[in-house]
Order: sequence, then C-alpha cells, then structure tokens
Amino acid sequence: MSKARVAIIGAGIVGASIARVLSRYENLEVHLIEMEVDVGWGVSKANTAILHAGYDDDPNLYPNRAKYCVRGNYLWRKWTKQLQIRASWNGSLVLSFSEEDEEELYNLLERGERNGVKGLRIIEKDEIQKLEKNASPSATLALWAPTAGQISPFEAVTALVENAVENGVILHLETKVLDIVEDGTRVTKLVTNNGEIEVDWVINATGLYADYIAELVGGSEFKITPRRGEYFLFDSTAEPKVSRILFPAPKPKSKGVVVTTTVDGNLMIGPNATDLPEEEKENKETTQEGLEEVWINASKLVKSLPSKSKVIKTFAGLRPEPTGGDFIIKPHDSLLGFINVAGMRSPGLTSAPAVAYEIPKMLLHLGARLVLKKNWNPTRKRIIRFSEVSNRRKNKLIAMNPLYGNIVCQCEMVTEAEVVEAIRRGARTIEGVKLRTRAGMGRCQGAFCRAKIAMILSRELKIKPWQVRVKGAGSEIGVGDLFSLLHE
Amino acid sequence: MSNKRKVVKLTCIVCPIGCEIEVIAENGNIISISGNKCPNGEKYAKEEVFHPKRLAFTVLRCKNGTMPTVAVKTSKPVSKFLIPSIMKYLSNVEVSAPLNVGDVVVQNILDSGADVVVTRSVDLLECNS
Amino acid sequence: MYTYDLIVIGGGASGIAAAIKAKELGVKKVALVDEKSYLGGVLPQCIHSGFGLVYFKEDLTGPEFTEKLVQKAKKLSFDVYSDTFVFKIIYRDYFEKLVYAVSKHGIKKLKTKTIVYSAGCRERSIYEIGVVGSRPSGIFTAGEAQTLMDIYGIMPGKNIVIVGSGDVGLIMARRFALQGANVKAVIEIMPYPGGLTRNIVQCLNDFNIPLFLSHSVLRVIGKDRIEEVEVCKVDESKKCIEDSIFRIKCDTLIISAGLVPRVELLEDLGISIDPLTKSAVVNDRLETSLPGIFVAGNALVVNDLVDYAVEQGEVAAQGASEFVFNNGISAAQWKKIKLNGNIRFFVPQLISGERDVIMYGRVISPEEKVKLEINEIKKEISFFRVRPSEMIRLRLNKDELSSVKTKSLTFSISKRSE
Repeated sequence: MSKARVAIIGAGIVGASIARVLSRYENLEVHLIEMEVDVGWGVSKANTAILHAGYDDDPNLYPNRAKYCVRGNYLWRKWTKQLQIRASWNGSLVLSFSEEDEEELYNLLERGERNGVKGLRIIEKDEIQKLEKNASPSATLALWAPTAGQISPFEAVTALVENAVENGVILHLETKVLDIVEDGTRVTKLVTNNGEIEVDWVINATGLYADYIAELVGGSEFKITPRRGEYFLFDSTAEPKVSRILFPAPKPKSKGVVVTTTVDGNLMIGPNATDLPEEEKENKETTQEGLEEVWINASKLVKSLPSKSKVIKTFAGLRPEPTGGDFIIKPHDSLLGFINVAGMRSPGLTSAPAVAYEIPKMLLHLGARLVLKKNWNPTRKRIIRFSEVSNRRKNKLIAMNPLYGNIVCQCEMVTEAEVVEAIRRGARTIEGVKLRTRAGMGRCQGAFCRAKIAMILSRELKIKPWQVRVKGAGSEIGVGDLFSLLHE
Repeated sequence: MSNKRKVVKLTCIVCPIGCEIEVIAENGNIISISGNKCPNGEKYAKEEVFHPKRLAFTVLRCKNGTMPTVAVKTSKPVSKFLIPSIMKYLSNVEVSAPLNVGDVVVQNILDSGADVVVTRSVDLLECNS
Repeated sequence: MYTYDLIVIGGGASGIAAAIKAKELGVKKVALVDEKSYLGGVLPQCIHSGFGLVYFKEDLTGPEFTEKLVQKAKKLSFDVYSDTFVFKIIYRDYFEKLVYAVSKHGIKKLKTKTIVYSAGCRERSIYEIGVVGSRPSGIFTAGEAQTLMDIYGIMPGKNIVIVGSGDVGLIMARRFALQGANVKAVIEIMPYPGGLTRNIVQCLNDFNIPLFLSHSVLRVIGKDRIEEVEVCKVDESKKCIEDSIFRIKCDTLIISAGLVPRVELLEDLGISIDPLTKSAVVNDRLETSLPGIFVAGNALVVNDLVDYAVEQGEVAAQGASEFVFNNGISAAQWKKIKLNGNIRFFVPQLISGERDVIMYGRVISPEEKVKLEINEIKKEISFFRVRPSEMIRLRLNKDELSSVKTKSLTFSISKRSE
C-alpha cells in the first residue's frame, strides 16, 4: 500500500503529540523533523509545566484555547498513565487580594462554567488555608480548580517521541527546514540541511518559528512574538513549599507569577511577562529586574518564600504569542497539504493532546484516507528512577545490571544505568541526559556530575570527551585534550 | 646589567606572613635586602631578583592506566622563565601505566637540573573482556 | 548486615586520618566508605604543592599527601568500601546508627556505634551568586574544571575569566595559564584578594593575569558557548557603580565563589546546624547534637590547610573511640561559645571545659594589630594581622578552662590599644 507522507515540523510538545496520534495510522509515513539536537528544546523546555483547568480563556476571544484546554486537561490523565509521564493533579487556587480581584474571580468562574470546567468553586479564607497552609492570610477569596495539575514537560516530550518512534515515526534531528516546495496546488517536498524529503502533508508545529515556516509557503498573515518569562527554582529541601498551584488574579497579558511545587518536589516561582522584539526568538536571558519582579509578586501569594540562599537555579522560557492571541490551527487557505498549528502559548501544553486529535480529522476533511493500525502500541515505559524504588528493588536492579550501583549524580541519586538508558533513548548531549534522568538538576547544578556524564557520553557515542556537547552545536565541553593549546 | 641602581619590591612567598621585601641592586649585585622578618625571606629575595625559580606541576597523558592522566612535578625548583618551554615539552610526552610516586619520567628536563617525577601513581588497567 | 564500631563516611584527608587514628587508639571494627574509585577526595586532583607542611613536615602535592596517608592506612586493618555511595543514615538509638550505601555489589546496610562524617564540600554555582543572562556552555566551577583537566585530561577552554580570588580560583588561574590558555581576568567582589599573597604572586603576577578587586560579574552573554561576561565595579555595599559596566570576551567562566559543607544526610536527621558555618553544631569531641555522630574536615568547616582537616579527623576519631570504650560521652556542663566583634565563626560551638580543645575560626574582615580575648579565662592573644582567608587555630588547655564557672565563653576580636 502506498503511504501518504506526513512531515511534522517541530518536535515540541505539540509536534510530538501529533506524531503520536498520527502514528496510529497504517497508511501514513510520518516524519518528525526537529532542528535542534534533541526534542523539546524550544518552548517545551522552559515553562510553568501546568495542566490548566481551563477557566482562563475567553471562548469569544480565544475559542481554540478555551475548547482545547479543557479537553486536553482531561486527555492528559490517560496519556500520562499510558506513557508513564510524571504528573500530579493537585488543583490550583487563584487568590484575590482586593475587590477588583474578587470580581475577576467571579468572571473566571463564569467563564470556566461556560468552557465546561468541572468542580470550580469560590472559597473563603478558612477553606483556602485548609487547602494550602502556605497561602497568604491576606487572600480574601480564592477560585479553587480541583482539575488543574502539573506535568514534567521534558518527560512528556521525550515520552511522546519514544512512543511515536516505537510506532514507526521517523525522527530527524538537527534537521532544519530551509524551504518548502509546492507544485502550484499542493506541497511536494521539504528542503532541509540534511537533504530533501518528499511530502504530501506538512504540519507546522514550530513554536517560536511558526511564522518563519509559514512564510516559506506564503499566505499566512500571523506573526509570532516571543514573550519571555523568568523563574526561580529552589532546592528540594527548601521550605515552605506549597501543595497547590497558586495564581494571582490574571491580567490580559499573562496569568501572572505562579508559586508551585514541581512534580519533582522543587518549589518554583515565575513567570513574569516581557514582550521581546519579534526577531529575538532565542532570547532566554534572565535579568535582575525580571527576577526581582518575580520574587516580589510571588511573595504576595504566600506566607513566606524560602530564603534566597535556597535558590538553585534561575532560568527563562519563551511563549510563542500569535497575532490575535488564539491558537492558529488551520489548513492553508489555498495550498493543499500545509497545516498550521501555531501560536501555542498558554494553555498550549495542556491543549496538546486535544489539538493532536484534531489533525486526523482535518486530514480526512482535506481528502486524506486514514487506516488505523491493528497493533498500535499505546504504552511506553519510563526510565526507572533508582532513587525512588525500594531497597529490595534497588538490589534486584543492581544484580541485573551493575551499572545501577554506580551513582553518577549524587544530588539526585542518578545511576550510570539510567544515564546509559537515556543515551539509548536518544540523549546525545549532557542536557539530553539531564532532561531524561534529572542528573544535574540538584543543588550542585552539575558541578560534580557533568564531567562523569561527559565521559559516559564519550564512551557510548564513541567520540572524544572534549567533543561531548553540553547543549546544542558549538557547546562542546572542551576545546581539545589538555595539551592541545600547547601544541598551537 | 646596567650601572643603574635598581630597587625591587617583592612579596616573600615562603610562608603565609608574606613580608614586603625591598631589594636594592647595582651592577647585578645585591646591595641590600630589608623588610624580611626571617632569613628565609632574605634567601628568597636574593634568588627572586635575578634567578626566580619555581616548582612546576602538571599531568601527562597516560596509556593503559586506571586513570587517563598521571600527575607530575619537577624534582626541584627551576628557572621561572623555563617553565613555558617545560610545559610545551611535556605536552608531547606520553607515558604508560603502571607508574609509582617518585618514578622519573624525564631526566634533567631541558637541562634545568631537575627531573620530572610522578606524584600520583597509576595502576595498570585490567581488561576483563 | 555488617556491624562496626566506627564508620567513616568520606575518604578524603580527614576521613582517612580519622580511620587511621581510630585504629591506633584500639577501635576494633572500623570502615571507611568513599564514593570514588580512589581515596583522597579532592587531593588527587590538587597536583600543586603546599600540603603537609605541618602534618608530614614536608611540602607535598595533593596526590603525594594522599599517598602517604594511604600508606599509613595500609598498615592498619580497616575495611575500605570504594565506589560506594552512602545515601541514607538512620539514627536508631544512642548506640546504634544505620548507614545505607550502594555499590555495584548491591545495597549495603551497615550497623555502627559511631560515625565520623567527613564528606567535604560542594562549590557554589553561578546561580547562587546571582549572575543573570543566558545559560550557555563553558561555565564551570573551579573544582569541576580541575577534575576535567587533571583527572580526565580535557582542556575546558581557551579564553578564561575567573570569578573569585580565593586560593582555589588563583590556583586554577595558574593551571589554565600553564596549559596555554589566555586567562583574561580574575574578578573579586571584595576590596582585597580572597587567597594568600603567595598565591597572588605565584598564580597571578607570574603570569600577568589582571586582578579586578571590588568588581562583580553581572551577566553572561552567549548562545551555545559563553562569549562575553559583563562586569562592573562595586561600592562598599557591593552595589554596582553606574557607568562602570564593561564586558570581557571569553569562552570560559570559572566560578570560584566559595564552598558549602555537604551535610544534607545529617540535616535529614535533624541535627542542629550553625548558620555561620552552614554545618553541624559540635562539641569539643566534634560530636553533633546526635550522640555518636562526629563531623570532621571540610564537612565541618571549610579549611585552608589540609593539615587542619586531618587534625579534625583525628579529634573526631578520638571522640568516636571515647564513645566506643566508655559507652558514650559523659555528660558535662557544656559551655556555649559566644562571639563578639570581628569574628565570622568558631568551631566547636560547645566545650566541656574538662579537656584540651582546639578551636578553629575565621574573622569577618581583614584587620591589623588585633587581639583575641576570652574574658572568662582571662586569655589574650595578639595578632599582627588577621584575614578571612587565614583560619585561626588555637589550643585551649584543660587547666586554663577548669576555672570557668559560667555557662559560656565569649571570644572577642578587637583592635589592640598600642
């Protein structure tokens, strides 16, 4: 049977979700194309990691956001179980501190009900304290959304891609789309730095670059502007933490600075919202002023934050803000075969599974034939975290594979076996190992383990130790062997 | 050497006190040394003005060992000005395990009078394949 | 399950010394556990000399110092567990502690009467010193760079900027220069260098490396690898002076901004922590608030001299052996050490007054012609010069302490009247 060739450009949370869904079809040859050296390194790598309940998005102004968020929140419950992605469903509280805020809470409640969010309630002081011991006592009311949750975004992307690849999706890394060729009616091929790929369908899921990719075929009139958000991450022992996701009353620009405890047990605060010039699609710099703003605003939500000496990392992420503010999920007006899935700013992460299921519907509508596989594998097993299993299980693992007995990352207790497994599953860089195992995410931020991980990567990838990359191209850990500069 | 009187100010590095020593020299001869609190400082100042010496430390590439490098040092202080050449010379020296502390890997390096000796032993790597 | 009288956690200088001392004092069942495949901790990668001037009366390199300790240890019989990582300590009761460790042989559950905890320090990261900007590669802590170079033989970079002028940073400045790198600057936030003057001479002056005192690193610039670092001059309150911001092009940033004792396993047990040392509160046996658990070396207090780390290991071992032979440490009228004036900390924080004790401390700021007074015992020691980078070590004798009737001893540093 001849297969229709689908190219998904962009292996972030959206592209990876679409890849997983399209991998169910027997007659599709799915290519997942990613310009970076690993998957999920764009927007998906640095965000608040929240699975929103869905009351934030006005269905009149942002119909896609409103629709897909609630659906996506529901779908993630099944997907996280099938793919063994770390998630917690602890619920969120939007706190009010003034009459203005309280009015906004009632707006959110009403909007949430319209969007189909379940379980929303406005609660008062004592119930707020019961749900969240560390909530600021100045909070007058709160909107309690029990369906909100959190996820590990890097784990989500890698899990989705592993599952997609296992089901036949072809992954192209370090592959940048330079041009899209069409024959007047429909797309015919992609021109990349690694050669040409013949295609029948192209799905533009390129996050911050969606407007650049859309420009390759012309006719799309949206721009993606980067909106930067900065964060603090605290040590796992830092107290007090929070048990719910805490929000302030939202503003039109952003949901505000959040206080939350990640699925891995680290308190995290952020993001602020700084609009950057459209060309600064890589500007993930933290700033003194931005971090200051985050700290001040986060402090308002809680009784107290831990001491600043317990901060282990500051970072920034970018949101892909589209013209008009809503997700742009539609096929090209005139060119057959090109579909935009762009502007997936918040609640993009939450919406991803729901958006992904739209794509086969769209393809059918556009004339494609889709035949479901009989033996599609919906499950994927996570990399076992040695630090989390019982001592009995630890012994069994070591007996089976002695590399479980070699601790590489002391702060997070990550073993060599897990590092090797991460490499087997696609990590080619120290960052790739980190995102799949948590090695390097502890209080020493890699000072003790980077060298060891580099040596393991050197061995497994059969490259020289100084050639091991920390992140992308040009980030090699060394410039040569110790004597290379003396030979010059 | 010029006929001029030269006044050199230096900090003694022999012990943690770090006396500020002043040396006055003329025609390549030391006229006076002052500021030192002990005779070690005087000795150091004398040498430092005309023949500054340092110990040199580095590692060499090591084959077949449990570690990829072996640490070495010069057996005694050498002229400070010779050290960059010593480093360059050693960058081309490769040794093999096993090596023990005290083993001489280069004799009389660059005619300095100092040997290069091992300071960190490396065992032979057993291959268990 | 193995049962010991003493388990030493951490096989660096202080740990090896503790195990040796314990055996010399007659403690029977002693174990030393270290996560690396070799003993010595950071010493084997400290390939420069300056170690052992006190303990061995020789000027040795780090690895040579380790070798001598290890040779001494080989003559005694204690168990050494290498490649073994301790991940949990449980305090069962006064006479029993459990140590859980993992190696390729499996999980070991070791029972012991006493523990000497000597797991050293970690280095502060770039985030902990508040530097903002991008997060490219090419940023290393000093110890990390030292490991890459002098264990693994990897050259981390070519154009180097170093943050922090403590001895660690100065040593690495020289190390990089010797391997042909271009060390462009050492940036120091204080108005005085953090390390010894001899190291300023040997590591910076010898190589014409500029030292920027009263300067701070603000921001990192670079996409995949660091390209520039933004620096500014600071005033007395460490705030950036407007118009003084400039950039230094580099491909490597070395962070040498201080060490933090690694006592998380002890913190999990709920021991008292001294915020001034960021380590355990200890008594004159170096015992923590949990009986039978002793701390020594850099895990107790960041030492400048390995000789002091070794001495602490021996004191802790003495404490552990006392505990083993006398079924515990006797109750005493413990006296708290109070601090006054130009003092950052002193360790131990509690003394019995019934035995000799060695005190280790540091001042907050450099000062000349000062005196250290301990009023309760009418002791006064003069110092020509005190510096935060030079640890003060002093021995108080049992005799001079026996006269103390109060519940505390106040250490005070102030200017001498001429």
